[in-house]
Amino acid sequence: MHYKEFKIKWGMVIDIDKCTGCGACMVGCQVENNIAPMTKSDPYNYVQALTKPRDDASNKLRTLTWMNVYELSNGKAFPEHETAYLPRPCMQCGNPACVPVCPVVATEKNEEGGIVSQIYPRCIGCRYCMAACPYHARYFNWWDPLWPEGMDKGLSPATSVRPRGVVEKCNFCHSRYLQAKDKARLDGEDPMNLPEGAYTTACADICPTKAITFGDLNNPEHKVHELAKSPHAFRLLEKLGLHPQVYYMSEREWVRKQGDNYNAEAGGHH
Amino acid sequence: MDSKLFPEGVQRCSFGKFLIWTAVILAFFLWGLYAAVLVLYNGIGTTGLDNYFGFGAWITFDLAVIALGAGAFFTGLLKYILKIKQLEKIINLTVVVGFICYSGAMLVLTLDIGQPGRAWFGYWHPNVHSMLTEVIFCITCYCTVLIIEFVPLVLEQKQLNKIPFIHALAHNMHVNMALFAGIGAFLSTFHQGSLGGMYGVLIGRPFAFREGFFIWPWTFFLFVLSAVGSGPVFTVLVCTFMEKLTGKKLVDFKTKALMGKIAGTMLTVYMFFKILDTWAWATGYLPSVGLTFDQMFYGMVYGKWLLYTEIVLCGVVPAIMLITPSIRNRPALLYTAAILDCAGVSLNRYIFTVQTIAFPAMPFDKWQVYAPNWVEYASSIMIVAYGFLVLTLVYRYLPLFPQERELN
Repeated sequence: MHYKEFKIKWGMVIDIDKCTGCGACMVGCQVENNIAPMTKSDPYNYVQALTKPRDDASNKLRTLTWMNVYELSNGKAFPEHETAYLPRPCMQCGNPACVPVCPVVATEKNEEGGIVSQIYPRCIGCRYCMAACPYHARYFNWWDPLWPEGMDKGLSPATSVRPRGVVEKCNFCHSRYLQAKDKARLDGEDPMNLPEGAYTTACADICPTKAITFGDLNNPEHKVHELAKSPHAFRLLEKLGLHPQVYYMSEREWVRKQGDNYNAEAGGHH
Repeated sequence: MDSKLFPEGVQRCSFGKFLIWTAVILAFFLWGLYAAVLVLYNGIGTTGLDNYFGFGAWITFDLAVIALGAGAFFTGLLKYILKIKQLEKIINLTVVVGFICYSGAMLVLTLDIGQPGRAWFGYWHPNVHSMLTEVIFCITCYCTVLIIEFVPLVLEQKQLNKIPFIHALAHNMHVNMALFAGIGAFLSTFHQGSLGGMYGVLIGRPFAFREGFFIWPWTFFLFVLSAVGSGPVFTVLVCTFMEKLTGKKLVDFKTKALMGKIAGTMLTVYMFFKILDTWAWATGYLPSVGLTFDQMFYGMVYGKWLLYTEIVLCGVVPAIMLITPSIRNRPALLYTAAILDCAGVSLNRYIFTVQTIAFPAMPFDKWQVYAPNWVEYASSIMIVAYGFLVLTLVYRYLPLFPQERELN
């Protein structure tokens, strides 16, 4: 195992029992990170007319959803049927499957809080990292990014816009981390010891039910430190040894079992 | 019209017939080129690939042709290093087939990466931990070796060879060919293995992940063995296909049977380890992560029949056929075994490429089905057409088969 520990380990604890599946986190993520809306036609590309049209947002297999919400089901019929929603950002694995496979070091397990970074100008678009990630947290830019006229003026200047042909992913809103550290320096505080809430991600910020808690998993003063140790906490596919930095919580046993994939009584994998 | 360019003492079809044949090939090539231009201009969204299937038809095609092109390095190793003299009757063809397979694979890769202009980053920012980096380095170096091996054949063209300097150069390159055969064998072994290693190291993908030896998962060795177990008979098939097309005997059957014996021996060793590997994976690794063998398969499209076809029908059966002299020495059976063998290795590459990522690793996720679209087919056919074109020109103008005169 290539598991590396860093002094600061930014992580999330997502309470599935609080998540309503509203999708606000997905929208927050899209806006914060300059993710282009999917549009069917490209007015600047005449060759496009010779082949299939671009995908619009109805094609969920071509979307750029750094944060994606999955629907879980206990598989039982009404009235025993239950549903849960599982928001899935990048897991920022401690032992990432994606990092060692990249042929050009375009992705790295970053010492800045253990965030798995993605260097867009270096990515060659081989998509090996996508093949490696079991969480499907990496997305390829299938088409040139295109914003409806005027909407490009609303782009965040803090986040780079990715070109076609590179792989992109959630980075825990890394620009917000940089801003939080800058602010700490200006205020004469220690940027390596940010207080709770000084740095948070867009999805955690926007969540109406506060299902997402963000913080330093190594810092006892941060809520996530304790929450991650809850008896109801689990990590997705923990058995594979990827050591995700995103934890989930649920009091429902069937949810925890699905998350970890040990479906002993349920007859296995569905 | 161009008869002065033909190799010494051989007959070729009329120029008109040659032009018609070339035009047919060019039609396929241009269709693929059109698809390739669409991909390069519009992006990979033009293909049938998606967020689940970052790897698809192109990677399968790449891996399959690279395995089938392994005849070049392995036959070169046996001919130049182990001095099996009989192989000199087919060695030129193995080099040309190897060159076509490798250069074709590299052409497909330029389409397959999202940023072709950055392809050189593989050398500039290499990640020493990535199996793909090893593949990038070895495959380009080996392609260069294949070009070096190809050059003497071009220099031996009848008219060119009349120039004293070129004659001497071709001779000296031949003398030193053992060195390049050695380098080629070294490089090719590594990248054939690394292609397997690429899948074996996918810790998040239980379908492909394998424990292994030192830094290499078992798939590293399995890919090397399967390549040398099929490459030589692929060359035999290409040769036989050329014989059927041209109506001439190009290589004696004894040499073909020897190639079959070599491939059959390696295929037998491969099948032994492949079956062991599958057994260990199903009964050891999968239960350790809470999964079962049955869960690795889905419906008809990713059913167990694929695995059984690969291992039994296209693995064990041709292995037995090729190592049994009475079967191997009958042309129809040798070619049948060769076809099964080559189909098996291609199927193996498909399964490792597509089924690995189709399997829903997250328990609440679903199996996804991948279907390539015409753009992927057309651009792959472009590479096949390119191969046909190279072989056509080489056969017509270069002394490819040393036995052709005596056999006809």
